[in-house]
Amino acid sequence: MGLELYLDLLSQPCRAVYIFAKKNGIPFELRPVELLKGQHHSEAFAQVNPLKKVPALKDGDFTLAESVAILLYLSRKYEVPDHWYPQDLQARARVDEYLAWQHTTLRSSCTRAMWQKMMSPVFLGEQVPAETLVSTLAELDRCLQLLEDKFLKDQDFLAGPHISVADLVAITELMHPVSAGCQIFKSRPKLAAWRQRVEAEVGKDLFQEAHAVVLQAKDLPPADTSIKEKLKPSVQVLLR
Amino acid sequence: MGLELYLDLLSASCRAVYIFVKKNSIPFDFQFVDLLKGHHHSKEYIEINPLKKLPSLKDGRFILSESVAILFYLCRKYSTPSHWYPPDLHTRARVDEFMAWQHTAIQLPMSRILWIKMLIPRITGEEVPAEKTEQMLTEVRTNMQLFEEKFLQDKMFITGDHISLADLVALVEMMQPMGGNYNVFLNSSRLAEWRMRVELAIGSGLFWEAHDRLMKLAEWDCSTLDPMVKEKICELLQKFR
Repeated sequence: MGLELYLDLLSQPCRAVYIFAKKNGIPFELRPVELLKGQHHSEAFAQVNPLKKVPALKDGDFTLAESVAILLYLSRKYEVPDHWYPQDLQARARVDEYLAWQHTTLRSSCTRAMWQKMMSPVFLGEQVPAETLVSTLAELDRCLQLLEDKFLKDQDFLAGPHISVADLVAITELMHPVSAGCQIFKSRPKLAAWRQRVEAEVGKDLFQEAHAVVLQAKDLPPADTSIKEKLKPSVQVLLR
Repeated sequence: MGLELYLDLLSASCRAVYIFVKKNSIPFDFQFVDLLKGHHHSKEYIEINPLKKLPSLKDGRFILSESVAILFYLCRKYSTPSHWYPPDLHTRARVDEFMAWQHTAIQLPMSRILWIKMLIPRITGEEVPAEKTEQMLTEVRTNMQLFEEKFLQDKMFITGDHISLADLVALVEMMQPMGGNYNVFLNSSRLAEWRMRVELAIGSGLFWEAHDRLMKLAEWDCSTLDPMVKEKICELLQKFR
């Protein structure tokens, strides 16, 4: 059995891994794990990733969790073009810096914004208190400002003149609130221009393909009671 | 000016960097940025790191934040012994996997325990509601179990027979609740043994030197706390209500 990637394209880090593998022509078997059906909690999936999260990778007997680790593993194993994770000491440090920073900042606020604004009302049938949503969107705003001022600055891409895994991780995050109707690029021409560049580098078709699921999430039928019960515990934390 | 590190050893991320440079005899200038006095919000420090967080590294004109990025940078620049960040594809991936997971699974909850058990009550005079405390402690217990079962298992260290960056980062973070007298190693002899092994691999002298400020936190006179920092903490308490 060759490389297997356990993904649900609803998830931001899954999209980053998917785009990276496809863009670099890395052959893999796609193993769908449907989050909204709670499939990440199955016994079978726990064998692949005991952390019960996507994305996950299986390469022969070797299993690996965490999108950042997966991206770096694929970069090294398949010897992708240098710009994705540059050899240059300082350029690489910039990518590492972004990949570390984003876990508790942009990732957190993008996930919350999307769930609180859209998934909770549409899919779970639960409105989130107005102050909670306001506070989440303010935090998202703060993170976007830092993304622009500290990481992007006047560069073409987050870690310098060329696209890297940092840009893939960032853009797939930003598409989360976009799918919920947040107009995050509207008042941010710098970020909008960066988005265009990233999309162009990735290729419009691949970018759209990776985002088809999340962009259609707003049209999902409401979940039935059994699904709601299944998902509630893990989703609660996103609604605060 | 050589390598400068902006640190406050109260922060676990700073301790990881400090222990690493000392252990590897990397020469540097220790620039103390006092978190308790709110100096990470000072104009001078914001110029170094607009994210207002510690640690930061300054190497000539190159400025870098995020302890994980700093540790990788130092490994590469100073060609430290390979066990810290092993070159083998799979082993390195295990370190990367832990370094990614720990941000939300270990660092955040461990830091929260210190806040809930000690800093918030000390500073505001109010206890955090018991329900929230219990929720927090349950999360920590669950993640410690995951750490033991998935990352450590029956090995001496996370990657096998030798200490790596993953063990260093894991341990300094798990030490954070000690500042509030809460010991997360009590329930598992396997974890307690690993803790001792990591301490010995680092060197007990260096380990406890790095943790001195944290362990003395209980003695801290919080009337010296910067009013702006105190305000932020009171806001934090609201979030726990």
